[in-house]
Amino acid sequence: MKYTQDHEWIKVDGDIATIGISVHAAKALGDIVFVELPEAEAELEKGDDAAVVESVKAASEVYAPLSGVVIAGNEALEDAPETVNADPEGEGWFFKMTITDASELDDMMDAAAYKEFLESLD
Amino acid sequence: MSEENTITESKRTALYDFHVSLGAKMVPFAGYDMPVQYPLGVMKEHLHTRAKAGLFDVSHMGQAFLYADDGTFEMVAKFLETLVPCDVQSLEPGQQRYTQFLGEDGGILDDLMVSRLGLEGHRHRIYLVVNAGCKAQDYAHIEKHLPTGINLRVSEDLSLIALQGPKAASVVSQYLPEAAILPFMRSLDIPINGIWCHISRSGYTGEDGYEISVQHKDVVALCELFMAHDDVEAIGLGARDSLRLEAGLCLYGHDIDTTTSPVEAGLTWSIQKHRREEGGFLGAERVRKDLAERPSRRRVGIQPLGRAPAREGTLIQSMDGQDIGVITSGGFGPSVSAPVAMGYVIRKYAKSGTEVQLIVRGKAKPAKTVKLPFVPNNFYRG
Repeated sequence: MKYTQDHEWIKVDGDIATIGISVHAAKALGDIVFVELPEAEAELEKGDDAAVVESVKAASEVYAPLSGVVIAGNEALEDAPETVNADPEGEGWFFKMTITDASELDDMMDAAAYKEFLESLD
Repeated sequence: MSEENTITESKRTALYDFHVSLGAKMVPFAGYDMPVQYPLGVMKEHLHTRAKAGLFDVSHMGQAFLYADDGTFEMVAKFLETLVPCDVQSLEPGQQRYTQFLGEDGGILDDLMVSRLGLEGHRHRIYLVVNAGCKAQDYAHIEKHLPTGINLRVSEDLSLIALQGPKAASVVSQYLPEAAILPFMRSLDIPINGIWCHISRSGYTGEDGYEISVQHKDVVALCELFMAHDDVEAIGLGARDSLRLEAGLCLYGHDIDTTTSPVEAGLTWSIQKHRREEGGFLGAERVRKDLAERPSRRRVGIQPLGRAPAREGTLIQSMDGQDIGVITSGGFGPSVSAPVAMGYVIRKYAKSGTEVQLIVRGKAKPAKTVKLPFVPNNFYRG
């Protein structure tokens, strides 16, 4: 599992990446009431707006951590957005995409580095 | 009711340490460090308040008194009636009304609660509760019009808390049996468990409950007294906002401001009939004109039909793509388990049940206009 400074996680399986938000992000957002997912076949550049996650109070963007093509969104979140709070780094995944440029993974953090990054924010 | 983050250092209410000890997330709000939520979280805090009782710190709001040198209520009531459209003179001792300060053009400068104190020897005094974000300009507005012989005293030593929800009455009446039968929009000046309080049956959640003004030095003890009950949880500003939105209540600076008139905002009910006819207050001409000709737009409830919340600023369009208005408050309503919103639309689209569309992130989403509130009011009616 890799993490970004935007509190997203990326799990790589061959040339497919699964993307979601970190436990820290889910906790900070609070009760999640709506998730808007990218459509399948959407072509994303790293940094593009990819998804939206909404809590009772506010909406937040989820950015594409990589460049690639969206394969699938987690449709279960449409009816059960609270899954993101319950299991953010598992069942609460957002979408899967192809990896166009694997070198984009290089500057991402592993779990230990992300933990250190979170501590530096306090 | 108003929200304005300031760059200057935030002030703290007398309950700051109390909030921190409960694990609150503190945020700057209208110049104060206020609890936006506690560990329970916005959703559960909201649902708890509708099911049991929620305790709110609203000490950032302005509390002030008006009184005349001649010791009569009549003189001060007549003066206040030049600035607000509600009937002040007919207030009985201990009675409270909701009203607005209006500008010359009829725009809303702030909304507020006006009470006549009920305590013997204090019945000539008027007590005001105004929005935190507006209080400085409200006091300046009053001072500007204040005639000789009437005084404005801004309280520096009072906190304000609210206990809201269906269990609020059973909690408070354990210490103050009279609280159980205190009518809606009436107040008492009386000790609660030995702590001197001004307690009114009112609130900002749509639920039964009380707002209690108490000296800073006593507010922690009073809150601890209430928090000792299993039915009571501390509730932050996040849930306060979702509760008032479901209840259809206006948030100053969002749903009402200097560009909206009370008639457009659907607040005509707060202007007693004889004042509509006789005027005699700032902005009366606009109120008279809006009532006679009907305003071109109207505040309405907006029910998004999907699951996506429509936030403040969202464009409202007719089904044929014409811009007809804008959302002024929007979010998720935990008690209705769906997104809820309110906003202004051109009058011909205001009829409840009208299909409209909301432009959310560039895409048109179906919605309809609905009657407010989203959740029925649960006020005490005796």
